[in-house]
Amino acid sequence: MTALRRFATNKLAVVGAVALAILVLFALLGPLVYPTEQVATDLGAANLPPGVDGHPLGTDALGYDNLGRLMVAGRVSLLVGVLAGALATVVGTLWGAVAGYVGGVVDAVMMRVVDAGIAIPAIFLLLVLSTIVRPTVGMMIVVLGMVSWLVPARLIRAEALSVRTRDYVVAARAMGATHRRTVLSHVIPNTVGTVVVNATFQVADAILLVAYISFLGMGIQPPTTDWGAMLNDGINYIYQGAWWLILPPGLAIVVVVCALNFVGDGLRDVVDVKGRTA
Amino acid sequence: MTTAIPASPAGSGVAAPGLATSQRGGFGRFLVRRVLQALAVILVVSVIVFALLHALPGGPARGVLGQQATPEQVAAFEAANGLDQPVVLQYLSFLGRSLTGDLGESYLLNQSVADAIGLRLPKTLLLTGLSLVAAVIIAVPVGVYQAVRRNRAVDYWLSTLAIVAYSTPTFFLGMLLILLLSQGAGLFPAAAPQGNGVLEVLSQPAGLVLPVLTGAVPIVATFSRYMRSSTLDNLGEDYVRTARAKGTAYRDVVVRHVLRNSLTPVVAMLGYYLPVMFGGALVVEQLFNYPGMGLLFWSAAQSSDFPVLLGCVLVISVATVMGSLLADVVQALLDPRTRGGLR
Repeated sequence: MTALRRFATNKLAVVGAVALAILVLFALLGPLVYPTEQVATDLGAANLPPGVDGHPLGTDALGYDNLGRLMVAGRVSLLVGVLAGALATVVGTLWGAVAGYVGGVVDAVMMRVVDAGIAIPAIFLLLVLSTIVRPTVGMMIVVLGMVSWLVPARLIRAEALSVRTRDYVVAARAMGATHRRTVLSHVIPNTVGTVVVNATFQVADAILLVAYISFLGMGIQPPTTDWGAMLNDGINYIYQGAWWLILPPGLAIVVVVCALNFVGDGLRDVVDVKGRTA
Repeated sequence: MTTAIPASPAGSGVAAPGLATSQRGGFGRFLVRRVLQALAVILVVSVIVFALLHALPGGPARGVLGQQATPEQVAAFEAANGLDQPVVLQYLSFLGRSLTGDLGESYLLNQSVADAIGLRLPKTLLLTGLSLVAAVIIAVPVGVYQAVRRNRAVDYWLSTLAIVAYSTPTFFLGMLLILLLSQGAGLFPAAAPQGNGVLEVLSQPAGLVLPVLTGAVPIVATFSRYMRSSTLDNLGEDYVRTARAKGTAYRDVVVRHVLRNSLTPVVAMLGYYLPVMFGGALVVEQLFNYPGMGLLFWSAAQSSDFPVLLGCVLVISVATVMGSLLADVVQALLDPRTRGGLR
């Protein structure tokens, strides 16, 4: 309860949590309340401005209702973001915990791999990978997870370095616990604050990354769409002033990423760890 | 943002505060160890790029010749380039060629990859450099102001604004600027300057405004936060109290002493920021059709021009490693406490 109260003292974090809940409900339940045709095109009703013919946010170039599209696109963006963030967190935590716990040459080699991964900017690596594999939703999650586990690996490794010299770890080893058991039941659980806080930022970053890839036209292919892909479609109509194709998906990304960052900051205050300095 | 772009520069290379034992080594030993570490990282990067080359559908022969190559062409290419040899030997020859600047041939541009990059890199550096200068000019005063007004409403709002700017995808920001300043108000063209050389690009300054602005905002968001915390650190130092005690006005202390001391570590942070800037350049150049390395990379991705893609990745990665090496060295010179062990 105290943790919840401490979280509640951070107003931005509360605002973020509420905004996040609203957007998730909008994407998940929205299409049930407001069903629209999002597979078959309707060129007779293409490029309508907001409010015309019962389309509150207008329609796009293929005649899809824009409000409905925002919902189904949100499902993809959120799904990919959350699962890719979770995958990155799991891989990064295991990698970092093992490196920090084992130490020595193994640690040095494992961390040079992380350094090399960080040296290749994620967006460039992602574009190369998406020319090699076909970018389906599942593939996007795996590929995004594989390029974004590096930062959590570094954070958890630093934590594991300090945890492994603690008395309880030494005691566990002295009582005959295997290395595997020590890492899984003592090292990782004691870094859980860092893991949870970082996971929030990880999801935010994954949602941004998937938007970048889709915007650059190398993401999930139609008729499936996400917020980044909607912006990629919308930019062709920017000179007609078709703001309704650009503002809704763009603002949705900004709100969800901001909200996650605010929530992450709030969680950090609760568990009192250093997660992100920038 | 990002990656980031999103990939935040948090923890990207700041050596852990040193242990007493490692400080004994001094700067020389730190430098040697840090350079060796950078070389090791570049070696691993080259292995990753080599592995990507072999992960291409059909292997490197198809990657270089294109997917339309006949089996005979593929066999001839493999024999001519030693692709029938053991993988280790192939890697060594790849490494040797890369070291001499031979990054292969683009199969679309009728140009070697090195030439294609060499022609466009200066224009990317120009655009990124202008964004960086604009960003620092805005971020430094904002950060100092926030530190002086710490924990007041204005500090709080500016920090929140920085998070919002950080959370805004660069392409969405650019589209907003196009909608407002180009399509709406008609102030600036939304098409970036074209041309072969840096001078040609510079001769069309109106077209540079929106791309430079778009590239600058995310950097302002990050750097105002660094500047704020760096200034806060310095405001707590004894020399501030001494100067105040001697009767120097607070404003003069901040401008003359604190600003200079706070700025240096922030400038060193630029080294860690290279990957984010390259990522930003990719999006800005694609959005505004600016003929730099980012647009080259994007077009290569559209047409699966693998030699160009992997050549760019190699160049950008080496630049990133060099940037963080330089930043570490500058920080170690400024602050011996950061000469700690390997990360």
